[in-house]
Amino acid sequence: GPLSERPLMEVRLGELHTWISTCHVSPQGLLGAVQKAWSSYCDKYIHVRRGGPSGISMLLAGYCLLSYGWNYQHLRRHRWRKYH
Amino acid sequence: VLHTTRPLHTTQQGLAPLPPLPEKGGEVRHGLIPEEFFQFLYPKTGVTGPYMLGTGLLLYFLSKEIYVINHETVAAACILTVIIYGIKKFGPEVAAFADKLNEEKMSGALAMKNEAIQALQTAIEKEKKEQWRVEGHSYLFDAKRNNIAMLLETNYRERLLMVYNEVKKRLDYQVAMQNLRRQKEQDHMIQWVEKNVVQSITPQQQQDSIAKCILDLKALSKSAQAAV
Repeated sequence: GPLSERPLMEVRLGELHTWISTCHVSPQGLLGAVQKAWSSYCDKYIHVRRGGPSGISMLLAGYCLLSYGWNYQHLRRHRWRKYH
Repeated sequence: VLHTTRPLHTTQQGLAPLPPLPEKGGEVRHGLIPEEFFQFLYPKTGVTGPYMLGTGLLLYFLSKEIYVINHETVAAACILTVIIYGIKKFGPEVAAFADKLNEEKMSGALAMKNEAIQALQTAIEKEKKEQWRVEGHSYLFDAKRNNIAMLLETNYRERLLMVYNEVKKRLDYQVAMQNLRRQKEQDHMIQWVEKNVVQSITPQQQQDSIAKCILDLKALSKSAQAAV
């Protein structure tokens, strides 16, 4: 389909630049994109008949990674070695 | 607050039944990484590609201490062990329990739906029966008309009889009156005649008649004695 209407997973790496430029970058656009992403994630992994632990565990893993990233500057001071 | 993540009634077919939920979710390997990632790397690196990538990344983070090992690492390891052990041991039971709950809900809803359909079917049949009954209405009305005609006839005849009786009573009264009058007149006349006759018998005539009777009796007794 046309470039602007394709979901992110089907955009090739070379076209990523043009795809980003076609997005509606505005608060409503961003909010809409976030909502769409969340609802597609839910539809794929959570609102199923026989789901498993993967639905929530991926969210928890993402949360762990995010919080590690936010605290990285503080954790950097507890390194075992100074030079790597 | 509406659960806005599932878009309901957003299309024109707002009242159509929703599509059923998919049976299984997206494939996820080791509970963390979606299968699409492995498929994405398969053409270029084969089956072991993502694992090599993971190992390489892990060693890189550890050696450059982008991931720092501290007390939290130990805690995370213990927690993960417990969680994975719990999931592997109790996973199927919990899944079966949840499936049972779902099944009960579904069967309840299905039962309601079937009951509603059944009730509507019986209603349809009853309606058809009523429509069939309507066809018999003509017979019913004929019978009713006959009944009414008979009632009217009976009533008419009763009234006729009443009229006849009343008229007869009046005529009988008149006849009785006439008879009574004649009777009274007769009696009165007889009495009057008797009274006058009795009055007209003078004492002289009475004595004469008594003497005549005595003479007659004597004559009779004589003839009777002769006969004995």
